[in-house]
Amino acid sequence: MTSPAARVHPRDGLKICEYQAKRLFKERDIPVPAGGAVVTPEGAMAVAIVLGGEKFVLKAQVPAGGRGKAGGVLFASGEKEIGRAAEKLLGKELVTRQTGGETFKVERLLVEQAVEIEKEYYLALAVDRSGGCVSAIASVEGGMDIEEVAARSPGHIFREKVPLDEPGRIESVKKLALKLGLSSPMDNEFTDMFLKLAAMFFETDASLIEINPLALATCSGKRGLFALDAKVTFDDNALFRHPEILKLFDPKTTDPVEQEAKEAGLSYVRLDGTVGCMVNGAGLAMATMDRLAEAGMAPANFLDVGGGATVEQVVKAFDIILRAPRLEAVLVNIFGGIMKCDVIASGIISAARPAGFPVPLVVRLEGTNADEGRKMLSSAGPKILPVSSMDEAVKKLKKLTGR
Amino acid sequence: MAILINSETRVICQGITGKAGGFHTKLCLEYGTKMVGGVTPGKGGSLFEGLPVFDRVDEAVKELRPDATMIFVPPVAAFGAIKDAVDAGIKLIVVITEGIPVLDMIRIKEYMAGKQSRLIGPNCPGLITPGECKIGIMPGYIHKPGATAVISRSGTLTYEVVFALTQARMGQSTCIGIGGDPIPGTGFIELLELFNDDPATKNVVLIGEIGGRAEEEAAEYIEKKFKKPVVAFIAGKTAPPGKRMGHAGAIIDGGAGTWQSKVDRLKAAGVEIAPSPAEIPAFLK
Repeated sequence: MTSPAARVHPRDGLKICEYQAKRLFKERDIPVPAGGAVVTPEGAMAVAIVLGGEKFVLKAQVPAGGRGKAGGVLFASGEKEIGRAAEKLLGKELVTRQTGGETFKVERLLVEQAVEIEKEYYLALAVDRSGGCVSAIASVEGGMDIEEVAARSPGHIFREKVPLDEPGRIESVKKLALKLGLSSPMDNEFTDMFLKLAAMFFETDASLIEINPLALATCSGKRGLFALDAKVTFDDNALFRHPEILKLFDPKTTDPVEQEAKEAGLSYVRLDGTVGCMVNGAGLAMATMDRLAEAGMAPANFLDVGGGATVEQVVKAFDIILRAPRLEAVLVNIFGGIMKCDVIASGIISAARPAGFPVPLVVRLEGTNADEGRKMLSSAGPKILPVSSMDEAVKKLKKLTGR
Repeated sequence: MAILINSETRVICQGITGKAGGFHTKLCLEYGTKMVGGVTPGKGGSLFEGLPVFDRVDEAVKELRPDATMIFVPPVAAFGAIKDAVDAGIKLIVVITEGIPVLDMIRIKEYMAGKQSRLIGPNCPGLITPGECKIGIMPGYIHKPGATAVISRSGTLTYEVVFALTQARMGQSTCIGIGGDPIPGTGFIELLELFNDDPATKNVVLIGEIGGRAEEEAAEYIEKKFKKPVVAFIAGKTAPPGKRMGHAGAIIDGGAGTWQSKVDRLKAAGVEIAPSPAEIPAFLK
């Protein structure tokens, strides 16, 4: 049984950090605890003095969830304790359940006044693939892993469509407030917050806004609903119309080679095997990696050159693939549709100059302009190993790598 | 017989004078598709490959009475292009464009509710009824008329499968790429319904990939209502969790959408799972 939350949780897109998300919330009058982002222990102490109060929370700013359990959140009182906590967190290498195995170095902290919590809820808005809409998920069990809640007590999770129109949204949020058992005046606060979040979601082309916990708490003497955490992801495809969101992107949070590939218009994921892969189309690229793995070989990367790649992009792709430290061979598997095989062939020829390739290159070209591509490679081309199918390619690679 | 398109289908191209739109209009013409014209704002009145070009979709529809449109416009213009096609009453709208914002798809699907148009794509290779009509970017020569239907979330992987079928002398009734985006215009189930009633289709190959729940939902439909044999291939068995794999849709999503969950659900519905694209024909025999 899969959780309803997991079903609508996208994990792709542009992720921003909590402090950035909370700034966006503040701009829209969505209540968050008083706080400030810092990069040094001195900064943390200074923010605490400005905020005033007894107790503070210091939160590591990395674009991934699960920080609490990974030791990325500390409570502290008094200047000295705050300084020590900040020293402990800054520079820490954080791996959480949601970083996909990647390590993030903590370079920034969010320092906030600790709040007195009465009750914790969960609220998220996300693109819902199955429903073809945006859906809201809410729970009376906040502050914990929502997927665990869904597995343990599915009856505690409520789901409503977030319609495109405001009257529809009001209807949805009223239903949610009722299910969460919110009474006046909290139901009105919840409605207000929900409508602001929905407006933000649609206006910024978000793909996920998650608040866990959404707390009924007292902060700076005010009792009400506060977003104690904030996770926001934006749709990559919509960034062309949101330059202000694109500015929030911190390249440090991405693998530098993956970022370089992205800037060149290539979809690349670094892996740790020995066979470099250049494939067109994500599905074929995944199927190619699967075939390699079944044959006992490990791919050094995932690389989809896409449909409209130019010769320059193909050359760039080789440049990136050939950097893998344990590389033993490279497989080019192209089934041309919108991608033309002659473009790939030109790219191979350009990339090979002047010294040829450092490892054997197994090339399979099929589809649009495949004959032209094959001819170019056999006449003018560098030394390559042409094959006519994926299976033949795998056999040849097995022989080459001695596996 | 086949589904959605045949030798009579009249097709226009939106974005016909663009680089990709022009190139693939030519290839569709060569394949034998009844291309009747196209639309590029500002190029109205000119000819492309002897076909009339219009400034607006409604003008083209009035003159050419197309059954289908093939859209190649850039993502920023895609919402408007699809809406124009819907408003002009074109029955089949095939969107090749990659990179359309997901909220634009939600908006367009809501806009299309209750209207007579069907949307295939976006971010898809299109569809083909071999020997009759090709609307899209797939290489025509790998196809052969026959009785096996192909439905896929992937582009190039579909070509791989079709090529394997053709080499095994198994022709295809209609092959459709639904696209790799999180919210496709038409999903697996709607197409399975059409193939269920298509006498020309004997069996179906379903090509999925990790991420989302589309394959699991298709399995549920197949179990309950689908009458013909289905063989599936699911890509992404060895993809690392939580990393983006090019398609916005192909993300391992908590417990849902994994390779294992899809394969288990499909097997439970009586669908055979081929271990590689090349082995699919053997499972259909």
